[in-house]
Amino acid sequence: MIELETVPRFFAGKGELLEEILGRYPDYGRRSAVMPMLWEVQRAERHVSEARVAEIAEIVGLHATEVKGVMSFYSTYHGEPVGRWHLQVCSTLSCKLRGSDEMCDHLERTLGLVPGETDAEGRFSLQKVECLGSCTTAPVLQVNDSYYEEVSRERLEQLLEALKRDEPPKPWKARRGDNAQLGAAPPAEAGEGGGAA
Amino acid sequence: MTDAVIERAEPITSRHDPRFEVTLYKYVGVDGAHTLDAYLEHGGYQAARKALAQSPGDVVGTVKSSGLRGRGGAGFPAGVKWSFMPPVDGRQRFIVCNADESEPGSCKDRYLMEDDPHQLLEGVLIAGYAIGASKGVLYIRGEYHHAYQRLTRAIAEARQRCYLGANVLDSGFDFDVVLHRGAGAYICGEETALMNSFEGLRATPRLKPPFPAQAGIYGLPTTINNVTTLASVPHIITRGPDWFATMGTEDSKGIHHVQISGAVNRPGVYEVPMGIGYREIIFDLGGGPIGQAKAFIPGGTSCPLFPFDDEHLDLPMEYASVARAGSMLGTGGLIVIPEDQCIVDAMYNVARFYAHESCGKCTPCREGVGTWLPRMFKKLLAGKGTPDDVDLMEDVVANLRGTAFCPLADACAWPVQTSLKYFRHEYEHLAQHGTPLHPRKDRWQA
Repeated sequence: MIELETVPRFFAGKGELLEEILGRYPDYGRRSAVMPMLWEVQRAERHVSEARVAEIAEIVGLHATEVKGVMSFYSTYHGEPVGRWHLQVCSTLSCKLRGSDEMCDHLERTLGLVPGETDAEGRFSLQKVECLGSCTTAPVLQVNDSYYEEVSRERLEQLLEALKRDEPPKPWKARRGDNAQLGAAPPAEAGEGGGAA
Repeated sequence: MTDAVIERAEPITSRHDPRFEVTLYKYVGVDGAHTLDAYLEHGGYQAARKALAQSPGDVVGTVKSSGLRGRGGAGFPAGVKWSFMPPVDGRQRFIVCNADESEPGSCKDRYLMEDDPHQLLEGVLIAGYAIGASKGVLYIRGEYHHAYQRLTRAIAEARQRCYLGANVLDSGFDFDVVLHRGAGAYICGEETALMNSFEGLRATPRLKPPFPAQAGIYGLPTTINNVTTLASVPHIITRGPDWFATMGTEDSKGIHHVQISGAVNRPGVYEVPMGIGYREIIFDLGGGPIGQAKAFIPGGTSCPLFPFDDEHLDLPMEYASVARAGSMLGTGGLIVIPEDQCIVDAMYNVARFYAHESCGKCTPCREGVGTWLPRMFKKLLAGKGTPDDVDLMEDVVANLRGTAFCPLADACAWPVQTSLKYFRHEYEHLAQHGTPLHPRKDRWQA
């Protein structure tokens, strides 16, 4: 609680945002706002601290432990800050059959990290994650919120170099099968870029 | 009177049939197709106009007679599910779109949401009208950020132009949706876990009954359907139930979306008529396996696998035939496993996934899926297993079948059990020699 008094509140001065989030749900379902609020905090601060958990609990009228209980259930909320570039290697079967094990080994060697670690400068975090739903364009690497599909050795090198310069390329969107129109060369996706942290 | 009998037109069960045309995926992958203007240009929201001019009961009737079954995996008839809703009694009712697509091997819903979000919104609107729900919930998995952005924008566009909100299309029907992001939990694909998650609780499944139609979100009447199921609805309304029912077989009507991945030459999502043969899917559409294949999983990793042989390749993709052969259509996520891939290693990958996703609510799953299976796999793969371990594994997976609170434990047990049935020699080889029959191979493209 000491922290609460010294750290400015996240939703202070964000009345409109808070109202919009709470307004999505009926009054009797105020608790539904917990997950969207956790997302808002994490997007801004790359993790959700204890102080933020307490703040969210207060807003929806719960105990901090209840909010923490919800947060800890899900794997994409982080209690500790992740690096500026959070590399998430899909490691489930379809990606594995297209080389995700080798891709992860390569990233471990290149970055000097084991999955779950963040480097000392807070630039890169490496994580092995479960199926990202990009099975037909495997292997896929998620960087922060963006998918980079059909990652080859060569393209991974380019991606890492670009990230080191803090210049993330547009997400690589591949389409195959009946939706192959976008599928050709590394395609550019206009606007909406979720690439930057 | 024999000439009065109307013959059902020869059903379409192949992509080679000239009458087949790609419908749901027609604009998926087309640049700019995600905007409302583009959607309206090719007839968007006409189905909603048509449906809203009918009685809700007629809309349910149309969907029932089309034979549409749930495309999320379980294959329950959609119209029948809609008719389970109790009579309108003034309480809030919900239509939920399950967009938590997380079954390994599945990605059809993501592309539909990213590239043609209005098609889905129109389906949700029509379904909401049919069951008397003024509130729609789209529960989308947290990782689908791009789809989330596209849907957010589509919802804003639809509200602005009165396709959502009060008095939709001057019909007197009020309808709005809320888009809710998950946060990386496979179990949220289970309908009652999804509802708990939406309510801001830990996403553990609920005991059924009561079923969602009786007590769903906030304990109120709720119907929940998969993305592809709902996106099919506008087309069924526009083209009529017969259009849908002409495709496929008596048991399985309409279209499905096969997502071919793994060791094939042309992976991708393909819209296919039900009843299509697996040989046509894998060879004609998927371009055949890369090298030799030894197994394929027909519908996402929670389905029992099939050996890659004539008997199974000749199966038609329909619910009953695949069930008789011992597997399921599932989500249509078809994964081809190559001959030189150690099956034990591949199944450890699958077991590890379910271990990670086990919610911990019930003992069989928490202990069996969450702890024992991955540990036994690790021991075996580390070369420290014994033949007794293989028997024990078989025993553990047999005991997972039907004993857990929700289907997650079965989902893990099925592929492992069938791999033991068809490829037991690979497990035994590892147990006897300490090394896999097929050593690890670099599978990463240059």
